Amino acid sequence: MYKYDTLDQTLVNERVAQYEGQLTRFLNKELTEEEFRPLRLQNGLYIQRHAPMLRVAIPYGLLSSSQLIKLADIADKFDRGYGHFSTRQNIQFNWPKLEDTPKILKELAKVEMHAIQTSGNCIRNITTDQFAGVAPDEIIDPRYLAEIIRQWSTFHPEFALLPRKFKIAITGSSKDRAIVQAHDIGLEIFANNKNEMTVKVWVGGGLGRTPILGSVIKESLSWKHMLTYCEAILRIYNLYGRRDNMYKARIKILVKSLGIEKFKQLVDKEWETIKDGPNTLDELEINRVKAFFSEPNYKSRGTDELSKYTDNKQFSQWLLRCTHKHKKLGYRSVTLSLKSNEQAPGDATSDQMRSVAELAEQYSFGEIRVSHEQNLILADVLEDDLFELWEKAKVQKLTTPNIGLLTDIICCPGGDFCSLANAKSIPIAKSIQDIFDDMDYLHDIGEINLNISGCMNACGHHHVGHIGILGVDKDGSEWYQVTLGGNQGNFASIGKVIGPSFSEEEMPEVIKKIIGTYVSNRHPDENFIDCVSRIGIDPFKKEVYGEKGKK
Amino acid sequence: MSSQLILNNHIANDEWQLIEPPKAQEEVKKQAGKVVIFKITGEASLNQDQIEKTTFPKSGKIILPIQVLLHHQKALMDRIAKKEIGIWIETHEEINSFIDKIDDINKFSLISVNVRKFADGRIFSIGNMLRMKYKFKNELRAIGDVLRDQLFFLKRSGFNSFLIRKDRDANDAILGLTDFSTPYQGAVDQQKPAWKIIKR
Repeated sequence: MYKYDTLDQTLVNERVAQYEGQLTRFLNKELTEEEFRPLRLQNGLYIQRHAPMLRVAIPYGLLSSSQLIKLADIADKFDRGYGHFSTRQNIQFNWPKLEDTPKILKELAKVEMHAIQTSGNCIRNITTDQFAGVAPDEIIDPRYLAEIIRQWSTFHPEFALLPRKFKIAITGSSKDRAIVQAHDIGLEIFANNKNEMTVKVWVGGGLGRTPILGSVIKESLSWKHMLTYCEAILRIYNLYGRRDNMYKARIKILVKSLGIEKFKQLVDKEWETIKDGPNTLDELEINRVKAFFSEPNYKSRGTDELSKYTDNKQFSQWLLRCTHKHKKLGYRSVTLSLKSNEQAPGDATSDQMRSVAELAEQYSFGEIRVSHEQNLILADVLEDDLFELWEKAKVQKLTTPNIGLLTDIICCPGGDFCSLANAKSIPIAKSIQDIFDDMDYLHDIGEINLNISGCMNACGHHHVGHIGILGVDKDGSEWYQVTLGGNQGNFASIGKVIGPSFSEEEMPEVIKKIIGTYVSNRHPDENFIDCVSRIGIDPFKKEVYGEKGKK
Repeated sequence: MSSQLILNNHIANDEWQLIEPPKAQEEVKKQAGKVVIFKITGEASLNQDQIEKTTFPKSGKIILPIQVLLHHQKALMDRIAKKEIGIWIETHEEINSFIDKIDDINKFSLISVNVRKFADGRIFSIGNMLRMKYKFKNELRAIGDVLRDQLFFLKRSGFNSFLIRKDRDANDAILGLTDFSTPYQGAVDQQKPAWKIIKR
């Protein structure tokens, strides 16, 4: 993975000093709350319901063992012994003290980490495929491009104060696991017919209050122009995006109001003036960064250990759900589930973090990835080591065999922590996990993404969940709206609302009825989402609301 | 009281006078949703009445709102030649639309861009475009809600002059210019990205 040189380290150290100064000036009342706000946000610091929340960047979701151990130490020393992995591949600490935040940032800087631009109206953490570099269907490894974009976007002076937040995702696979169409800019890397690295650019996607999938703005762009083209898009957005209404300030609203053709025209015209400019990429920089992501020292295939355990049902279930095909024969990628019903989705205790760091060190070249589904991944595990790894991970309750299943719930922190939330989301996740605890039944109903957001900011990506749950506020009490038919990946779509919202108590029963409707209508081997697309949402409505389609 | 102006990394005396237009008589309604590009953000530009009623001294260095300047451009030819006229633009104004009406932007020894709220990052793109696209070489000044924590980005976007907000100390603000030593990406002040300058 990428290693800092003096330049990277100096920038991060200077950032810590800058932030420490800003905080001191704020505490001395030399900065008003309004003036301090964007400064603290661009360092990942929110003021939350109980305490500040600090969001630490995990660039494109990649962590080393020593970084994860540092996160565990921070959780113990400055928080309550756990952290929350977010859908943007970052980690959040919910209980730090404001005056401790510079100390935390100093600790992070020691392991080449920071909280730069994890919030605020700027370019946020670049996200990518959690199986980048190891997926068998990958065309181009997007990690080094993500790192190049990370550096380019860090303290980019022109885009330091955008109308609203700006998210970039990049993928290099035929199967899109990075939901690039739901980002402000989505980049899909492929090889053109001359086998040159080429970029397809999407713009104006986003979830939140007005979910919209991105439009293609450039079908094929040479990798050399990746940064300057992004600059042109961002410049048009920076100049013309709305700043009078924060709910209409995302680039998707600008693209929609101008139309993609007009928007593209403006971008292309602007791009003409900066194309081939100094930020044009060259082989030298590509090769420098690429070298950090070279293949690890893979061993050749050993004995066929796995066949010994075919009778072990628990292990077999885990093998099926939590391990994934690898480009290298004899290797698999492993997802360690953070979705047991004993803790909130995406949460990991400091003990779990240390244990994952150790497993990574032992079995996966000392690297860990965070997925946008809020699980941890060991990308390069020898098949022969899987049983041993499973036994060790089981002790830490990291082996719930539910990846991709109903209880692998994507969930934001919700009303328990977040001051933006309309409703709690963690208890809803737990109540669903509790009633669907029969593994055989879970496996039988198959792949279902259930995503929960506590408000329309959509941190839990509810729009693209096969089943989406959105917390809404009705006359001061908490209600839940259900959507069906959302999807991520190449066939991304936004879910449809099935009808009036439900109370917290009603939710488990509603999900049960939805699943029941699927089970009685499905064709053999038909997945939930395919069944929903085929029969539409009406049969589900009928079952949930009764014959009249009303409660 | 010491000066509020930072010019080329030093506190300097301000020789320029900013000419404010009279306030608009009527409230201008927002035209949200209308697909006239520079109206999307909702701010009103000066109306004809304001432009005509703006008064300014007959001599000395003055900064005029761009529309007032365009209105009097012919009459001001001599003063422009004497480097007495600076341009004042707002962050919501469309540079492209008036730049054609000026034959040589470098006749003006100063352009100031007013940022009404420090969080309005349009000023950065405007600075960049004035320097890179329109090749403006003279003093480029940020005025308005100009504070320490935005100076580094302003400098990188081509500004070399900063009129710090009245209630803040320019001696403190000037420290913001050196928050970071070697940035990653190419911008206006340092046009090449780090990887093209140093061996990494």
